Amino acid sequence: MRSWLLLLCSAGVIAAQSQPYGFGQPATAADTTQKDLTVFPSGKGLPPGKGTAEQGAAIYKEKCAECHNEKGEGRPGQYPALVGGIGSLTSAKPQKTVGSFWPYATTVWDYIRRAMPFDHPRSLSADEVYAVTAFVLHLNGLVERPQELNEKTLPAVKMPNRDGFVADRRPDIKSKR
Amino acid sequence: MTEELTPPRRRFLALGASLAGAVVACRKAPVPSESGAHMRAYGERSPHEKTVRVVRELTKSLGTGSSRTPLGELHGIITPSGLHFERHHSGVPAIDPASHRLLVDGLVERPLTFSLDDLKRFPSASRVCFIECGGNSIGEPGANLPDVQKSHGLLSCSEWTGVPLSIVLKEAGLKPEATWMIAEGADAARMSRSIPVSKALDDAFLAYAQNGEALRPEQGYPLRLLLPGWEGNTNVKWLHRLQLVDQPAMSAKETANYTDLMPDGKAQQFTFVMEARSVITRPSGGQKLAGPGFHEITGLAWSGYGKIARVEVSTDAGQTWADAELQAPVLSKAAVRFRYPWRWDGKEAVIACRCTDETGYLQPTRDGFIAVRGLNSGYHYNGIKPWRVNADGTVTHA
Ligand code: HEC
Repeated sequence: MRSWLLLLCSAGVIAAQSQPYGFGQPATAADTTQKDLTVFPSGKGLPPGKGTAEQGAAIYKEKCAECHNEKGEGRPGQYPALVGGIGSLTSAKPQKTVGSFWPYATTVWDYIRRAMPFDHPRSLSADEVYAVTAFVLHLNGLVERPQELNEKTLPAVKMPNRDGFVADRRPDIKSKR
Repeated sequence: MTEELTPPRRRFLALGASLAGAVVACRKAPVPSESGAHMRAYGERSPHEKTVRVVRELTKSLGTGSSRTPLGELHGIITPSGLHFERHHSGVPAIDPASHRLLVDGLVERPLTFSLDDLKRFPSASRVCFIECGGNSIGEPGANLPDVQKSHGLLSCSEWTGVPLSIVLKEAGLKPEATWMIAEGADAARMSRSIPVSKALDDAFLAYAQNGEALRPEQGYPLRLLLPGWEGNTNVKWLHRLQLVDQPAMSAKETANYTDLMPDGKAQQFTFVMEARSVITRPSGGQKLAGPGFHEITGLAWSGYGKIARVEVSTDAGQTWADAELQAPVLSKAAVRFRYPWRWDGKEAVIACRCTDETGYLQPTRDGFIAVRGLNSGYHYNGIKPWRVNADGTVTHA
């Protein structure tokens, strides 16, 4: 009887440790798939698919140019430019764009898939995202027109500002009274 | 209150008198009623009070941009919920709380989804904290913004209530490899940020309430991440997923934006903490002093590193400084109200404040800031802001 009780008690303790309150529902694979948008610099998170800048040009014209302009030059004061500024980061007027500032091609892919076209986000297929990303990178002179981007080749695209970031080194300003 | 204190007999007499008055009024000319307006189910401020946020849409597309808190017209430390600043990257989503779920998955023993009701069953906690946009004062180092709403209005402070994140993560069982957590919102752009697990386990919480009621839609209704002291953008609104991982995602908003470009062309990244900062809100740009004599100088100070230890005020363009009084309680990672009594002699004067936090960090001057970070770092500007009180009483940027 005693050992029975002890057994029950310790089982209770183990259950309590594993899920202290027992709130929430076990997540299903579908719960994750439905929200799975994160793409890492290694390429982890990229779905299978492929596209070229050639194919992306048409998608861009139809779904992006209205805001970002024909060649990605943007519309000042309204929509950001997607090209230009390479080499400008140390100048008096640095221009931060996908080409000049973004460190990873995977970030471009991730952002276009989750957030663009701005008014219809997540409406593009994986192939379309590969193609239009290739086109935006092509506008920046970073991939060739016929070059295929897929889940293997996209993470290998070397962005000009890949090494442009350093860890937080603040407090970096020492003030005197 | 007064009614309760009135002795019953006097109340009765008063009632009798007003009844008699009514009878008299019936016979003679009608007297306009002096009783007040009806009660209302949800209160609003007086129609005489007009102060509002200043809204600036950044593009022609809906919902990208910001609205700024009118700090110069507010009192105390709590920002009224309807005046809390906003910064959205793709508008304010309309979310039905009944169907909203928070997914906690990735490197956890038990991937779980939580409804709002589930989250509200956990032990709760409340905390007053400031939230400041990493881009507050983005134009200030080079531009001398004319008033405190424009220069500092992406700062607000509220009492937030929710569940400590450590409790929720324990429920899912963190795996030892989990070092980062990707927080994602359910806004149209699915805004996401990578957060070190150390912060998640330290003082982070999942907030469902602000200033005693449910979050406002613009503040993330029905659920937002609250990271005390960290830049606004990491306090992800409309939170619907926490993905536990072993590396940051390098998402757009932690690479292209919210990084600090230094003069050497390198950008500091994951600059999460909002460093100590203070500003005089009265008298401040755009206001006018009625005339010489007593004026209280007051403002706000805050630090993402902890408590504010000291605020000093200068009324002679920084030549001499004197301690301001801090309004108790001084809370960690919350705004603190400071006050300094001043007798204005009617001559032009430059007033300024600077703060020191409990770590000993002293707020830099504008020049001190620019000397290290240059003019193009954009985010996290926290330099001293002087105001010029002109002889006619008007206040402008100094
Ligand atoms: C309706 C207008 C609109 C359309 C159409 C649109 N965008 Fe955008 N785009 C925006 C806005 C607005 C932003 C800035 C969002 C923000 O503030 O976070 C943006 C940002 C971007 C950025 C990030 C730029 C930077 O440096 O921060 C990229 C990349 C981008 N868009 C690519 C695309 C692509 C590719 C398409 C077509 C598939 C597209 N956009 C269609 C409005 C649009």
